[in-house]
Amino acid sequence: MGMKKALTGNYAVSYAVKLARPDVIAAYPITPQTSIVEKLSEMIENGELDSVMIRVESEHSALAACFGAAVAGARVFTATSSQGLLYMHEVVHWASRARIPMVMAIVSRTINAPWNIWPDHSDFMDQRDAGWVMSYAMDNQEALDLVLQAFKISEDPSVYLPVMVGLEGFILGHTTMPVDIPDESMVREWLGPRRQGYIIDGSTPLAVGGLTMPEDTEYIFYGIQEAMNEAKKVIKEVTNEYNKLFGRKYSGLIECFHCSDAKYITISIGAWSGDLMEAVEKLRSEGYPIGSIRIRYYRPFPMEDIWEVIRSSKGVLVYDRSISFGSYGPIFTDLAGGLLTYTRNPPYVSNIVAGIAGVNVTAEDFYKLTKEFIDEVEKNGQPPGFKWVMIRR
Amino acid sequence: MGDDQEVIYVSTGRPKPPIPYNMRDMVLPGDAACPGCPIPMAWKVLSAVFGEKMILVIPACCSSVVVGTYPFHSLKTSIIHVPFASAAAVASGTAEALERRGILDVQVVAWAGDGGTADIGMASLSGAAERNNNILYIMYDNEAYMNTGIQRSSSTPLGAWTTTTPIKGKIEPKKDVAKIMIAHGVSYVATASIGYPHDFYNKLQKAKGIRGFKFIHLHAPCPIGWRFDPRYTVRIAKLAVETGLWILYEYHDGKLTISSPSRAYMDPSKRKPIEEYIKLQGRFRNITEELLSEIKRQMDANWEWIKKHM
Amino acid sequence: MSIRVTPPKTGQPPLTRPDIGVAGKTGFWRTTKPIVDQSKCTRCYQCEIFCPVNVIRVEPETGVKIDYDYCKGCGVCADVCPVNAISMVEEVK
Repeated sequence: MGMKKALTGNYAVSYAVKLARPDVIAAYPITPQTSIVEKLSEMIENGELDSVMIRVESEHSALAACFGAAVAGARVFTATSSQGLLYMHEVVHWASRARIPMVMAIVSRTINAPWNIWPDHSDFMDQRDAGWVMSYAMDNQEALDLVLQAFKISEDPSVYLPVMVGLEGFILGHTTMPVDIPDESMVREWLGPRRQGYIIDGSTPLAVGGLTMPEDTEYIFYGIQEAMNEAKKVIKEVTNEYNKLFGRKYSGLIECFHCSDAKYITISIGAWSGDLMEAVEKLRSEGYPIGSIRIRYYRPFPMEDIWEVIRSSKGVLVYDRSISFGSYGPIFTDLAGGLLTYTRNPPYVSNIVAGIAGVNVTAEDFYKLTKEFIDEVEKNGQPPGFKWVMIRR
Repeated sequence: MGDDQEVIYVSTGRPKPPIPYNMRDMVLPGDAACPGCPIPMAWKVLSAVFGEKMILVIPACCSSVVVGTYPFHSLKTSIIHVPFASAAAVASGTAEALERRGILDVQVVAWAGDGGTADIGMASLSGAAERNNNILYIMYDNEAYMNTGIQRSSSTPLGAWTTTTPIKGKIEPKKDVAKIMIAHGVSYVATASIGYPHDFYNKLQKAKGIRGFKFIHLHAPCPIGWRFDPRYTVRIAKLAVETGLWILYEYHDGKLTISSPSRAYMDPSKRKPIEEYIKLQGRFRNITEELLSEIKRQMDANWEWIKKHM
Repeated sequence: MSIRVTPPKTGQPPLTRPDIGVAGKTGFWRTTKPIVDQSKCTRCYQCEIFCPVNVIRVEPETGVKIDYDYCKGCGVCADVCPVNAISMVEEVK
C-alpha cells in the first residue's frame, strides 16, 4: 500500500519521479528547483532509484540530453525554473515538434532581470506556445500526482507530446505538506513500460528532424494541434483511472468550486487558487452567488469545459499571476479569445494581474478584489476590463 | 568489433584493403551537397568502419541539408537532427540510453561543423568531454559557417576572406579545438584530413575500440567557401598536410603520436612552401605579406608544441 | 527495459528514411563529364575512394564504372587519378 510522508513540493516531485522509474535524468540546478535534483541524486546513489543521472553543464544541454535519450528509447525526466527554462527554450520547441514523450517539472520563479527568485507564473506561461501539455499543481499532493500522470499522458499514442508540470517555487516547492505516496507495484502496473512513436537506436536506419518543405511541415505541425485535442480526452481518462486506483478526487482539466449555482465565476491557476477558494467561501457566506474555476491543465486550454460553466454567468473574473507585457494576462487572453469562438454575447469578463515577482496575495486580498468586481457589475457599472493590482501591506 | 572483412585477391596476389568495399553502401548518390564537397567523402570512410551500427547526431550545418529533404535522407544510417548548440549534449543522452538498454555495438557519432563545435557548441562540447560520455565527436572543419553562406568562425584561418571578413580578412588566429580537447584529458583526440582516408579510417577504428569521449578534428576543404575549382578538394587537403599547416596526430593514454603522413614534415626542409597551398584558394587572394609571415610563424610554433609534447 | 514502439494515432513525427537521389538525378547539375581511359587504369581505387557522390565502382576485371545519372561533374576523380586516366570533358546538353 502507499504511505504518507511529510514532503516539500520539490520532494513530492522527486518521489513521483522515483515511482515512474525513468532511465535517464539530466538536470541542472537552479533556485528554487535544486532540491528536486539533489533528492534524485541521493535516491540514485543509495540505490532507491535505478536511473542514470547526467550531470549536464547547462539547462539547454539538460533538455537536449533528455531529448537524445528519449529518442533512443529511454524514459526521461528533468526539472528547471525561470532562467533555466528560458535557456532551454529552443529545445522545448524541438521536443514537442519531434513528438517525443517526456516529462519536465517547472518550479515557477519569475523571470529576470533583475535577479529575483520568488514565484509567479511567468516562466511557465512563457512556454505556452510550444506544444507541450501543461498542468499546474495547487498543493504538494497534486504536484506528485500530476507528475506521475504526466508520464502516462505523454506516452499515449493519441498524444505523444511532452508534458510539463508546474508548481510554485518556495510556496509549494519548499513548503512541507502531508503527501500520500502511491504503492510502487501498483504504479508500475498502471504506468507500464515506456511507449513512444518511433525509436532511433541503430536497429533500422531512420532519421528525425531533417529539412522539410513548407507543406509537409505544416502538416506535421497540424498533427500537434490534433494531438492537443485528443489530449483532452486522454487527460480525463488518465485522471479518472488514477482517481480510482489511488483514491483521489481530481476532476479532469478544470476543478469547479461551488460553480453549479454561481452567477459569478473566478478563474485562476496554481497554489493561490486555494486562497481564492477561501475568499469565495467567505463571499458565499455573505450571500454572493460566486464560484471558482481552478485550471489544472492549461494546455490544451480547456475552453469547452470552462464554457459549460460560465455560459450562463453574469461576470467572470480572471486572476493571472503573469503578464504578457504590452497586452494582458495569458489566461485572460486565452479565455476571452476562446469565448468569442462560442458566442457573440459573452458574460462580462475582467482580468486582474497580481502577485507578480513573488508579491504575496492572501485570501483577504482576493476577497476584497472579487467583492469589488461583483459589486461593480451588479450596479451595472463597468469594472475595468484589465487591472494590474500591486498589493502592498 | 571484428566484422569478417571480405578478402579479394587480384592478379598481383595481394589482399585488397577493407576500404573501399565497405564504403559502397551507406552514402547514397544524389544528395544535395555541392560538387566536390568533402562531407560525403568523409562519410564513406565513416561507413567503412561503422556501417549502419551508428547514430549520427547532426546539429545545424551543411550536413543537415546535404542529406536532402523530407521524407528521405541520403545516408543508409540513423540520424538525429538537433538544435545548433546541442550536438554533444544530445549525443551524450543517446549514448546513455543505449547503454542502459544494453545496446553496446552502436556508436553515437556527433557530426558537427566548426561553427557548431568551436563556437556555439563549445559549452556542450566541453561538458560532454568532461563527463567522458561514450560518444565519438567528429568536428569536420571547413573553416567557416558554410551552410549560411561562408561567414567567419573561430576556426577560420588567419587572413582568410569570408563574407563577414570581406576586406581585411580574419585577423584572429585559428582556434585549435584539438588542443582544447587534449587539455580536457579525454580518452582519445586525433586530427585527420579527408585527403588521407586510410589514416582517417585507422583513427576511426582506434576510436571504435575505446569507450569514453573521443574527438576527431577533421580537415575538410570546401570548394565554394575557399574559392577553388571543385576538382582540387583532395589536392588542397593533401597540400595542407604537405606544407605542414595541418598536422596529423593522435593523443591517447596521455601520449601524443604523430601520424605517419605527417611524420616526414617534422623536418621543415621537407615541407612544401605554404604559398603552394595559399595560391590555389581564392579566399587568400588578398592576403598581405605580414599575415602570411604570421601564418608561417604560427605554424612553426604549432610544430614546436607538437614536438615538445610527443 | 522493454519499450513499446507504437506509431502515433494523431499526426506524424518528422521522420525520414534512406533513399537514392534525394536531390533528384544530380547528373543534370554537371557541365563537365568524366571520361575514363580504361587502358590506363591501374585499379588503384583512388577515384572510387574519393568520389563525393559514391558513383564510381572499380572492378578488377572491368575497370572504372561511373553512374552518370548522379555524377555532378566535380572533377575530383580526374584530379586524384595518379595516371591521368580520367579527363573532364565539356558537356553540352
